[in-house]
Amino acid sequence: MTTWPILSVTTFLPLVGALIVYLSRGDDEAAKRNSRWIALWTTLITFAVSVVLVMRFDPSNPDFQFVEKANWLATGITYHMGVDGISLPLVILTTAVMPFCIIASWKSVTNRVREYMMAFLILETLMIGTFSALDLVLFYLFFEGGLIPMFLIIGVWGGPRRVYASFKFFLYTLLGSVLMLLAIMALYWNGGTTDIPTLMHTAVPRNLQTWAWLAFFASFAVKMPMWPVHTWLPDAHVEAPTAGSVVLAAILLKMGGYGFLRFSLPMFPLASHDFAPLVFTLSAIAIIYTSLVALMQEDMKKLIAYSSVAHMGFVTMGIFAGTMQGVAGGVFQMISHGIVSGALFLCVGVVYDRLHTREIAAYGGLVNRMPLYAMTFMVFTMANVGLPGTSGFVGEFMTLLGTFKVSIPTAFFASFGVILSAGYALWLYRKVVFGALVKPQLASMKDLTFRECLTLFPMIALTILFGVWPKPVLDMSAASVQQLVNNYNSAVTAVKAAALLQ
Amino acid sequence: MNFVIAGYQLAPVLPELVLAVGAMALLMLGAFRGQGTTGTVTSLAVVLLIVVGVLVYMQPAGKHVTFGGSFIVDDFARFMKILALIGSAVTLVLSTEFLSDPSRRIFEYAILVLLSTLGMMVLISAGDLISLYLGLELMSLALYVVAASNRDNAKSTEAGLKYFVLGALSSGMLLYGASLVYGFTGTVSFTGIAAVATVSNVGLVFGLVFLLVGLCFKVSAVPFHMWTPDVYEGAPTPVTAFFASAPKVAALAVFTRVTLTAFPGIVSQWQQILVFVSIASMALGSFAAIGQTNIKRLMAYSSIGHMGFALVGLASGTVEGAQGVLMYIVIYVAMTLGSFAIILAMKRNGQAVEQISDFAGLSRTNPLLAFMFAMLLFSLAGIPPLAGFFAKWYVFVAAIKANLFTLAVVGVLTSVVGAYYYLAIVKTMYFDEPAGKVDPVRIEVRTVLAVAGLFNILFALFAGPVVSVASAAAKSLF
Repeated sequence: MTTWPILSVTTFLPLVGALIVYLSRGDDEAAKRNSRWIALWTTLITFAVSVVLVMRFDPSNPDFQFVEKANWLATGITYHMGVDGISLPLVILTTAVMPFCIIASWKSVTNRVREYMMAFLILETLMIGTFSALDLVLFYLFFEGGLIPMFLIIGVWGGPRRVYASFKFFLYTLLGSVLMLLAIMALYWNGGTTDIPTLMHTAVPRNLQTWAWLAFFASFAVKMPMWPVHTWLPDAHVEAPTAGSVVLAAILLKMGGYGFLRFSLPMFPLASHDFAPLVFTLSAIAIIYTSLVALMQEDMKKLIAYSSVAHMGFVTMGIFAGTMQGVAGGVFQMISHGIVSGALFLCVGVVYDRLHTREIAAYGGLVNRMPLYAMTFMVFTMANVGLPGTSGFVGEFMTLLGTFKVSIPTAFFASFGVILSAGYALWLYRKVVFGALVKPQLASMKDLTFRECLTLFPMIALTILFGVWPKPVLDMSAASVQQLVNNYNSAVTAVKAAALLQ
Repeated sequence: MNFVIAGYQLAPVLPELVLAVGAMALLMLGAFRGQGTTGTVTSLAVVLLIVVGVLVYMQPAGKHVTFGGSFIVDDFARFMKILALIGSAVTLVLSTEFLSDPSRRIFEYAILVLLSTLGMMVLISAGDLISLYLGLELMSLALYVVAASNRDNAKSTEAGLKYFVLGALSSGMLLYGASLVYGFTGTVSFTGIAAVATVSNVGLVFGLVFLLVGLCFKVSAVPFHMWTPDVYEGAPTPVTAFFASAPKVAALAVFTRVTLTAFPGIVSQWQQILVFVSIASMALGSFAAIGQTNIKRLMAYSSIGHMGFALVGLASGTVEGAQGVLMYIVIYVAMTLGSFAIILAMKRNGQAVEQISDFAGLSRTNPLLAFMFAMLLFSLAGIPPLAGFFAKWYVFVAAIKANLFTLAVVGVLTSVVGAYYYLAIVKTMYFDEPAGKVDPVRIEVRTVLAVAGLFNILFALFAGPVVSVASAAAKSLF
């Protein structure tokens, strides 16, 4: 019963689905319908399999579980998969968000549906693989491979400036990642292997730590994205189709945070400690600066994109605080932001499908025609602000708490972000939803359809559930986070003690 | 088998003998039966190349030396020979359409490819400077003629002439270098040179530099790359595919063998040259390709860049580096042959189209072709999980081990620049409006494309065995 490779099945099921979509035949309309249904069923089955992962997961064990290992390349590079409390929530997030993406594209994508569904399914395989790979080369394969489908999704099904946005996305991310690739090679020669669990217990010389940390940082900071290398994100978000934006915000951005947790902190604890002030500064700037920028936006998607950068600032700040609360809060914030920002992009997609503009000024008074939509949008706006009772609050509060113990100025400046986020989020909500319905083109707007409710209501439930009862996520990650924090702190104190003795 | 003539073992050179005799026989067939035999000669030439490949594969493992050390057969030589034979055979298959045109019924084409391949095999097995030069000239002289095989086309003849003049110049330099090396070491055999050349003296370094110049010309590394774009663009497309694959294998093989077995004592001398050459090739290959509008010219710059990447492995001067070169060249040949199969497949109303803008909207007019080309382009750019990534991994991992950090950083940065122009083609195919339907693709082109494309996409699945074979081949040099 326990012998089947459940993690590999979860990872590669979507790829099989993509193959079935490719092989499905039929005339135009039938082919489109078929590929939609095949994609939906594939993502649903993948989600079901990943639920088995959760059920069999032992939260008290901080180490990797569901481990699979097979020979792959020559010495030291193997096919090694496994998840722990930090990666499992992200795997579940991925498998849970994907069905919503497929449903959200049901009507809005009408040309080249087959290719579209295939791109999304391949992307899902690569994303799950990124979170469950336990070998650096394998990780890099999944991590970088994701660029190809995402490039095509933005470029083929995107908005008017899609070419610029897709090139910027691809090249920006690639530039960051190739430096990480060199660092992976250096680690390979240092440890004789690219096995992640082994490398976590391999001492890395101080000098190499610094350089490798910087190289990994180059990749993850771009992916995250952190100020000042965030400029690709608004472009990519604005041009991508709705489901593309959802995947980008909900999952792809989390790869950066995951990378910091999986590599930077455990493998280069000393460099992480040395560079923590840099990360704190960049995070605080990101939180305040991008919030201010968000205040100025006229495009709904751009506004949410900038708010994503700000929220990711909380994640990096929490992670590099190196405290239990900070790291656990960072993990929680990633999950929460995955749900909330994904849902916000879906909300934008709802009105975009009706009016084909994302300009804030084109809307106003939607509450009169779309009460259900107004309610849904409000929940997510509040979660974005971080109102207590929504999942957004828990993550922000915990990261601030964790950072406060380490760096009071950072926490002080970061808390301005909470106020500013209320500013831009409420401003957006007021402009779009409240006020009198004066614009004639809005008069015929229909409220949420059944399909849209199907995508948005489960997310409302999760946002509020995790807001009042965050225990499931926190419990799942607690043991692994505890081990990570302990190892990190003991490495740092050992060096400090050695320095004192001299 | 135990053939001995004048005291020399002939078993190690059996594949070469078969190839030479076979080529002569086919030449007789063509000469006496006239141009009508072009198709037969070409098919028989492919069969001959396959037979020779099987013979090479069946040679006993281990190192065998004959002709007083001037001919070496080891794992490395066998690996490279099979690869060169595959390159030649596939390009001959791709040439069938080109040769079927009544105005171009030239049976000599296949014969010249066979003779050139024979030169490559001698070159790969060269154990001293004499056999190196013999192999190189046999290969090159046949290539000069093949480049001009489209007699009535001004560009093709220009390509042939240009290649000949520059090639002769580089051969001269190589010969000059070889004579200097001989003069300062007193021997032409690689092992003999290695025994003497443990400390560098000016004369030896001069010889080494001239030798490397000649080899750089053959692999079209910067600054001896000038002929490449013109020849690639001017030569008929199947010929360009040939130029980009098999001769590159042979030239890179002899480059590796000369540097690693003849001059291991003065690594630091040639290492700095190779570091410069590979940085210059990678940078020029990436930046100069951006402005190209002709796909064949773009592939020329792309191949210059790729040779730069391959030389990164060689510059590290270690076993890992040699293994990296081997991995790189295997994957490079697959990617190149696949890409040229696509370029050959691009025809509108019977006319070949070569502009990048002709690829516009290919994803809608011929989705499979577009998908295969997109995957090949991503692979050329080195994006995982495609084969091109593994090629780059093995050369850069060797450079990192040899502490060539600057080289590695510059290399990966130029690969990002390179990604830009590969992406630009993907953009043309996927994002732009269709430029019109393409003709149905011929069966032999489709077969080559399918094999090369699947090799690229699925490489990650069978990378393990390839790596171990390459590793064994690399070890046989040390």
